Amino acid sequence: MPLSTAVDSIKVAADSLKHSGESDSGWILHHVMDARELDFEPLFTLHIPQFPTLFGIDFTPTKHVIFMWITAILILLIFTLVSRKYKKSLIPKGIANFFEVFIVFVRDEIARTTIGKGYERFVPYLLTLFFFILFGNFLGLLPWSATFTSNIGVTASLAICSFFMIQIGGIRQNGFFGYFKGLIPHGIPPVLLILMIPVEILGLFTKPFALCIRLFANMIAGHFVILSLLGLIFFMGTVFVAPGAIVFAVFIYLLEILVALIQAYIFTILTSLFIGMAVHQEH
Amino acid sequence: MDLAWLAAGLGAGLVVIGAGLGIGKLASSAMDASGRQPEAAGAIRTSMIIAAALIEGVAFFGLVICILLAIKA
Repeated sequence: MPLSTAVDSIKVAADSLKHSGESDSGWILHHVMDARELDFEPLFTLHIPQFPTLFGIDFTPTKHVIFMWITAILILLIFTLVSRKYKKSLIPKGIANFFEVFIVFVRDEIARTTIGKGYERFVPYLLTLFFFILFGNFLGLLPWSATFTSNIGVTASLAICSFFMIQIGGIRQNGFFGYFKGLIPHGIPPVLLILMIPVEILGLFTKPFALCIRLFANMIAGHFVILSLLGLIFFMGTVFVAPGAIVFAVFIYLLEILVALIQAYIFTILTSLFIGMAVHQEH
Repeated sequence: MDLAWLAAGLGAGLVVIGAGLGIGKLASSAMDASGRQPEAAGAIRTSMIIAAALIEGVAFFGLVICILLAIKA
């Protein structure tokens, strides 16, 4: 009895999708893209209230903005708690112990190894970047939530912040003209200068651009694959595909957890590497 | 008959070949190095993961273009 109802319900869903006239893959984009309302699918849909329009920009928060707020509040709460535990004693207990692993990792393995001397002033930014991306990626793996790092606007903003950090760090250390002069390596024939100057200036922009696209594409590809595997059940129209599709989807889901960690680490270490290259410009 | 879909499919296949070959070669060198010097296995593993993520980043550039093609079609 349950098996036949399952078979029938999957057939009904697949037929309704085929006959509704919309493309087979529109629903994947609907699940991944930003939306104006929070939908907790079968139960209810929360509509987000309209905010005023200032200077021609509509300030209504969308789903990804709300999840960014949730992540920011979570980080504030957790790390205020962690820092308060350090006031009692230098040896942390409990949650401070857990996060000390990550904080020391970012400070020693990421900042000190790549930036070298003068790394302390960049550690707060790198820590914020690391934990914001990490918490955001993990939050997107929970049911009914959205991954705001799969929004190219968000990753572009993070890349722009890193871009400014890199330039300001380099200009502060080497002086305004000294920084741009230091971009060109020493001892090259002046003929090559016509090629090197545009290449180096373009390189200043392509590196954060690559950071942006890498994080965006990794996050969105993971969700696409999970949704496509589960959508295969409806596309084939039969419930007997379900065990295989679900096993694969769970495997990709576990891979997603690893990718979430790795992408946060890669974004942070590459930003730190570029800061190090800008601050200590000896080629 | 939409050539954009064909292009997206072919492109995705080529991207996978490129990424697979690149990361496979990387993993093979990492295995050789770990076998030669087991004490360095930790450092080799960390560098391998970083390099793999960077190669995958390049592969994802191509993948994003394929997805754009498939969606616009």
